Amino acid sequence: MYRSISRPEKPSMFWKETFRQAHDIGIGSLAIIAIVSTFVGAVSAVQFAYQFRTINLVPMWWIGSIERKGMILELAPTISALLLAGKVGSNIASELGTMRISEQIDAYEIMGVNTPAYLISPKILASIFVVPMLVIIAVMLGILGGWGAGLLGNFYSTSEYFRGVQDNFDGYDLVIMSVKSVLFGFIMSSVSCYKGFTVEGGSIEIGKASTQAVVYSSIFIIIVNFFVAFVLL
Amino acid sequence: MIEIKNIKKNFGDHQVLKGISATFDTGKCNLIIGKSGSGKTVTLKCMVGLLEPDEGYILFDGRNITEMAFIERKDVRKEIGMLFQGTALFDSLSVEENVRFPLDMFTKMSLEEKVQRVNFCLDRVNLKNTNKKYPGELSGGMKKRAGLARAIVMNPKYLFCDEPNSGLDPKTSIVIDHLIREITEEYNITTVVNTHDMNSVMGIGDKVVFLHEGLKYWEGTNKEILSITDGELFDFIFASDFLKDLRMRAKF
Repeated sequence: MYRSISRPEKPSMFWKETFRQAHDIGIGSLAIIAIVSTFVGAVSAVQFAYQFRTINLVPMWWIGSIERKGMILELAPTISALLLAGKVGSNIASELGTMRISEQIDAYEIMGVNTPAYLISPKILASIFVVPMLVIIAVMLGILGGWGAGLLGNFYSTSEYFRGVQDNFDGYDLVIMSVKSVLFGFIMSSVSCYKGFTVEGGSIEIGKASTQAVVYSSIFIIIVNFFVAFVLL
Repeated sequence: MIEIKNIKKNFGDHQVLKGISATFDTGKCNLIIGKSGSGKTVTLKCMVGLLEPDEGYILFDGRNITEMAFIERKDVRKEIGMLFQGTALFDSLSVEENVRFPLDMFTKMSLEEKVQRVNFCLDRVNLKNTNKKYPGELSGGMKKRAGLARAIVMNPKYLFCDEPNSGLDPKTSIVIDHLIREITEEYNITTVVNTHDMNSVMGIGDKVVFLHEGLKYWEGTNKEILSITDGELFDFIFASDFLKDLRMRAKF
């Protein structure tokens, strides 16, 4: 795998492949990220509103603040990463696994292509760039989801909610979100590339590699998530 | 010319190649034949560098690739074209992009020059009007032609074909065999074909190497092979009782 960080044969081909991967990962995952993050934001707003109503001591505009913090620090990076591990990770592992089994990787090798540099690096690089962008979108949509749910349930007014969203904003939260996003993008893509690239056998092994890519990526993401929070917060 | 000298290869405790030596001549179709499990594919993979032999040498016109570093080996690999058993066309690329890929990766040709070269190669393998099609839209024979076009696009000095006729009907197999032969002679390439198809042996086998249980059992031409009367090679050539009987009748 060390060959994946070596210099690619032709930078123009490398960047073309990187942009193709970025497009596939980014645009291809936009819909699922948008749907899930919107509803995660919405359901957390409903949950908080339910709790706050019960307690009846906390002002409702706090929900906006909690939504913002929760989405930036935890929900958007982690849920997006887990979703992407399932969607993109399994796709990467099965794509590379199929290329391995159908001798496409051998074909690259025989041509003299540094296959890890051409097939693995663009995927990792694209993930590192695209996952943070998706997470930013997830944060925004999650916050909007919370607002929508609040309006629907008549928990708070628009001005109350956005007062909370803007209240006591700390830029450091964005640093943590970025660190998590980059790390999760790297974990998801590198684990999946490794599982796919090293497949041996046939279609059953591709299925196993794909499943293992999702499982291992998810586990690593959850563990790293804890350590990042522990160290940075 | 390609020479292999005393190639040995083990997978765990199982010795697949037990010391094979052979010479493959330039401008000829050199065939490696043998039963399944005889070591044909492993020999071919060692020759193209996909597997490392445990012992022995592989010389491409005197250049020992077994002792080369990855970077040096890349230069030799650029002189190699390979037609894979399953064609190994890149699914995400069209036929034109597949054939153009080595040019995109390793040359500084303009797009126009590359497209010209691609069209020339596709014409050469009689594959027209498929530039924009994807591998999934092609028949087995068309995929083989596209694979062959990709294999020759860089003007290789060495052409390797792994079971070029597998999955093809007899007529298409003959067409592919003839294409391989024509290209070999036209461009004076050292061609090594891995097959167990006796039609190919008789059609294009300028030189035939028969492997049996990881050893070279016999070497000769397709003319000489018919004079074999017994042993493993005889059993291989005349695999069915019908053919054996036919052979015996022809003899008397």
